[in-house]
Amino acid sequence: MSGAVTARATGVAAWWEAIRRDRKATLGFALIAGFLLMGVVGSWFVGDPDAMVGVPLQPPSGAHWLGTTGQGQDVVAQTVVGTRVSLLIGFGVGLAVVTIGALIGVTAGYFGGLVDSGLSLVINIFLVLPGLPLAIVIAAYLPAGPSTVAFVLIVTGWAWNARVLRAQTLMLRQRDFIAAALVSGESHLRIITRELLPNMTSLLVAQLIGSAIYAIGAQVGLEFLGLGDVSAVTWGTNLYWATNDSALLTGAWWTFVPTGLGVALVGFGLVMLNSGFDEVTNPRLQQERAWRAFLIGGGHAVTRSTPVVVPRD
Amino acid sequence: MRYLLRRLGFYAIAAWAALTINFFLPRLMPGDPATALFARFKGRLSPEAMAGLREAFGLTDAPLITQYVTYLGHVLRGDFGTSVTYYPQPVSEVIVTGLLWTLLLAGTAVILSFAIGSILGVIVAWWRGGWADTLLPATFAFLGAFPYFWLAMVALYVLGFRWGMFPLGHAYSDDLSPAWTWTFIVDVARHAALPIATVVVATLGGWMLGMRNAMISVLGSDYVALARAKGLPPRRVVVRYAARNALLPNVTAFGMAIGFALSGSLLTEIVFSYPGQGYLLVQAVRNQDYPLMQGIFLVFTLAVLGANFLVDLVYFWLDPRTREVGS
Repeated sequence: MSGAVTARATGVAAWWEAIRRDRKATLGFALIAGFLLMGVVGSWFVGDPDAMVGVPLQPPSGAHWLGTTGQGQDVVAQTVVGTRVSLLIGFGVGLAVVTIGALIGVTAGYFGGLVDSGLSLVINIFLVLPGLPLAIVIAAYLPAGPSTVAFVLIVTGWAWNARVLRAQTLMLRQRDFIAAALVSGESHLRIITRELLPNMTSLLVAQLIGSAIYAIGAQVGLEFLGLGDVSAVTWGTNLYWATNDSALLTGAWWTFVPTGLGVALVGFGLVMLNSGFDEVTNPRLQQERAWRAFLIGGGHAVTRSTPVVVPRD
Repeated sequence: MRYLLRRLGFYAIAAWAALTINFFLPRLMPGDPATALFARFKGRLSPEAMAGLREAFGLTDAPLITQYVTYLGHVLRGDFGTSVTYYPQPVSEVIVTGLLWTLLLAGTAVILSFAIGSILGVIVAWWRGGWADTLLPATFAFLGAFPYFWLAMVALYVLGFRWGMFPLGHAYSDDLSPAWTWTFIVDVARHAALPIATVVVATLGGWMLGMRNAMISVLGSDYVALARAKGLPPRRVVVRYAARNALLPNVTAFGMAIGFALSGSLLTEIVFSYPGQGYLLVQAVRNQDYPLMQGIFLVFTLAVLGANFLVDLVYFWLDPRTREVGS
């Protein structure tokens, strides 16, 4: 790490910096990249996940590394192929809820007044309504399938993003560069898209990661309840079939452990990526780290223990 | 008081929004709602039951606004219609039995998780940089990445199925009947232990991290420095000065966490075949029992709103600033 940092990368560049410099972020990025790769090309390396390849509920063996399901399908194939749809919906819904959250949150924070009061009320109502029961009730009325799952997750998931982005907009709105842009006669749309949003890029990426964690977990939950398309191969339906075929009561741990580990590793990778990024960019955590290094080094290490004002824009 | 009244007003609006969503959902169904809904019940219900259902839902030929008013009237009287699965039991009766189990499960889990997590947060913040501070957050971040219900499945498999330490499901043993006896209470506790433990383990990390970060910023503030300079014992500084203030953001988050905890326990109930709201809700979805499903959603929402108001009361008590007389 270099001593004096004169300029700090912002936005997406800061993320690359974090991935290079921070061990947590590197680990997280590697996990996510690995699973994405598996989702894209994995299905070429395994057989048809729906094919009945052997006796149902066989434990792991040489022929079937992770055994077979209650329908006699190969668990490896099911897990690998399930990755694709699960990650696609996860990241797709993540992107959608951040976009909607940004649209509503930034509008509320930027225009203030009555617009803000109205939108904030809607945001707060959606935050307080219990998400999963609402998602289940809506999904029950729609035809089962990936688009239904994606739709209900978007309806129940956007409000948190809107709240965070509204708060950030309120804060940026006070800054001089926005006032300057207003005085120089720029239109509201231009100020929002050219001045405001570029200053929130790294927050938006963090929100995207958080939303993807939410979407993957919630999607697996809904499909586990049988609200997805149960004939498709996804992580959630894998778990649905595992319980339906009474995996627990027959001791067939291999039918639900691999899928659960997949969900958890993706979630863990995303959390690591987010917190690694936070450590690299959050001045308070940096100071704390420097202070810790100072203590451990017996007071000899020369560190940046005085807060340094870093030019941001 | 103004603060509490404002919150009450907000909950009233939120409750109204939930009622309205509930009213319009069946009517937004693809195709003609009434026919589509009743086509599914054909042959399973007597004409009288169908009429009752139609009436409870307000699905009549009357104009929408009249239907809406009828519906609101029914709900206010606690009349959610008749369950299809448990016919002829009214929905409200079916829900009450499930509600108690869910409140036991989710309530205990969320309170335990909050208490243990906040205390751990104080501890790791006080000895920050120590082994607990390095180990605990990473462990719980990893555990928190698993879906609740998957942890429940693994716990049930290992502790229940393999080692036989806990029962494999249900709220109490089949050979007992509910009574206020010592045997029954112990039995219920044994059945609830594993579901509660999985929810606690999965959610603990969030509370701990929140408390840790709040503690670190509070510990750096002037009034804590002053308290230490005065020579107050460390325990008093940590508990009375730092922790009490650091708790505020966590209390705010508690309100929102109740919704999450209820949702999480809903999935956990399925794994343990626990006869709570979640189990009922999934039964209702599988049997296309729309009155029951919507009744459960409403009761869930009202429970969450009520719990949020309780949290507001606690906040009101903890933070003197909310008690100031507003202009």
